[in-house]
Amino acid sequence: MSAVRPMANRDTQFFWDGALAGELRLQRCEACGALRHPPGPVCPDCGALERGHVVASGRGTVYSYVIHRHPPVPGKELPILLAVIDLEEGPRMVGEIVDLPEDELVIGLPVRVDFRAVDDELSLPVWRKADA
Amino acid sequence: MSGRTLSGRAAIVGIGQTEFSKESGRSELQLSVEAVQHALRDAGLAPADVDGLVTFTMDTSSEIAVARELGIPELRFFSRINYGGGAACATIQQAAMAVATGVADVVVAYRGFNERSGNRFGQFSTAVAAQVNTNGLDNAWTYPFGLGTPAATVAMQARRYLHEYGATSEDFGRVAVADRRHAATNPNAFFYQRPITLADHQASRMIADPLHLLDCCQESDGAVAIVVTTPERARDLPQTPAVIAAAAQGSGRDQFVMTSYYRDDIGIPEMGVVGRELWRQSGLGPDDVDVAILYDHFTPYVLMQLEELGFCGRGEAPGFIADGAIEVGGRLPINTHGGQLGEAYIHGMNGIAEGVRQLRGTSVNQVVSEAVLVTAGTGVPTSGLVLTR
Repeated sequence: MSAVRPMANRDTQFFWDGALAGELRLQRCEACGALRHPPGPVCPDCGALERGHVVASGRGTVYSYVIHRHPPVPGKELPILLAVIDLEEGPRMVGEIVDLPEDELVIGLPVRVDFRAVDDELSLPVWRKADA
Repeated sequence: MSGRTLSGRAAIVGIGQTEFSKESGRSELQLSVEAVQHALRDAGLAPADVDGLVTFTMDTSSEIAVARELGIPELRFFSRINYGGGAACATIQQAAMAVATGVADVVVAYRGFNERSGNRFGQFSTAVAAQVNTNGLDNAWTYPFGLGTPAATVAMQARRYLHEYGATSEDFGRVAVADRRHAATNPNAFFYQRPITLADHQASRMIADPLHLLDCCQESDGAVAIVVTTPERARDLPQTPAVIAAAAQGSGRDQFVMTSYYRDDIGIPEMGVVGRELWRQSGLGPDDVDVAILYDHFTPYVLMQLEELGFCGRGEAPGFIADGAIEVGGRLPINTHGGQLGEAYIHGMNGIAEGVRQLRGTSVNQVVSEAVLVTAGTGVPTSGLVLTR
């Protein structure tokens, strides 16, 4: 079975367009400047509808993680290393950690984003161990 | 009658269930209808007495289909609650609000599924990620990366809990040991006469590290139904009523379904919302409750619930449960039917039935308590009940 594709709408498409362009995009409120992930149509901090995005540095640290061993996941080989990542800019993001021996995955591990093309229309961010 | 309170204005007068199995051999609709028939018989009522039905948004059997099969002539109230197992106690809240306001007189809440032989919730569901609604959009931030099974989404919270509070996998395992001990004396439990030890828990295979297999509830086929009416009508019915002293729902800041990872302190603050409201409505507190049915699809959330509901402080649950406190004979026995790890996974509705049995004095692991606390699904917008005599 092929991998799950993300559902997107006009509030979230910019993120996936960014991934395809090799950019990790974070929504920014144009009124108050708050950064936000996951994105949405209204700024929960100030209520403004005007929004844009910044390109994140792609650096962060592991806040928590899971080693998924069972059951099978479409399009993936097991185990899958999954993490919630504290981004340098503040927001958190869920991602897959790749090319890391599982015993090296710890809370606080510095990681950096990379992008893995699924096909011509979809690229997914993945995360690799970074130098501290 | 006091104004603006739900407390004491509705009661559970009937409970019914099918057998709990891994392959029921019949349709989900039939299971639900059988459970409602059993519940009405228990309540001393007939289908013609029922004028309201409530279930989960996820249930595959509509209220009208259940009404047709039962021969219920007219429905004046029907409602559904979203968010998986978080709906369980909220279906009773819906029923209680309907009878308290006179919108309906007798409301039955039901949940029935072939969750083991049919659509298994423990598997990775691509359909859940493809929902054309905001839940589907929310799942775009986890499913495509491979995070999608309930166990894995809970494991992410569990790992952080271990890190924050210095807890261990054995602390999670004590919940499984308690549930399985209680299931061992429950003939209706799938794991009847099959207790486990902490060593069994530790030796069970890893599913979503740090969760072992024995941290995860069963997948089950079956159905449960609960009959709610007014306390006045309850007096004329055969069973000791379980009065609804409190019924609450809760959703927290920046709430997601199973993936509320973006809050400063991740955890399950939505259960804190439920707890504070339960204590406010009922006028009771953790010290007044001597038995609790805490939703246990995965063991870590039982620890976090004890903290959110005020039985102990944040990070203190491992100490709270260490001396057998949550087993029969302890300070706060939980899940005396065996829970969803031991009895069956009926999306929390079997736990409500057990709460009622505790008040009737008919539990297989009877505890003397004036009040019973029951909670619904964790990691999701959720609900809870305080039941009293």
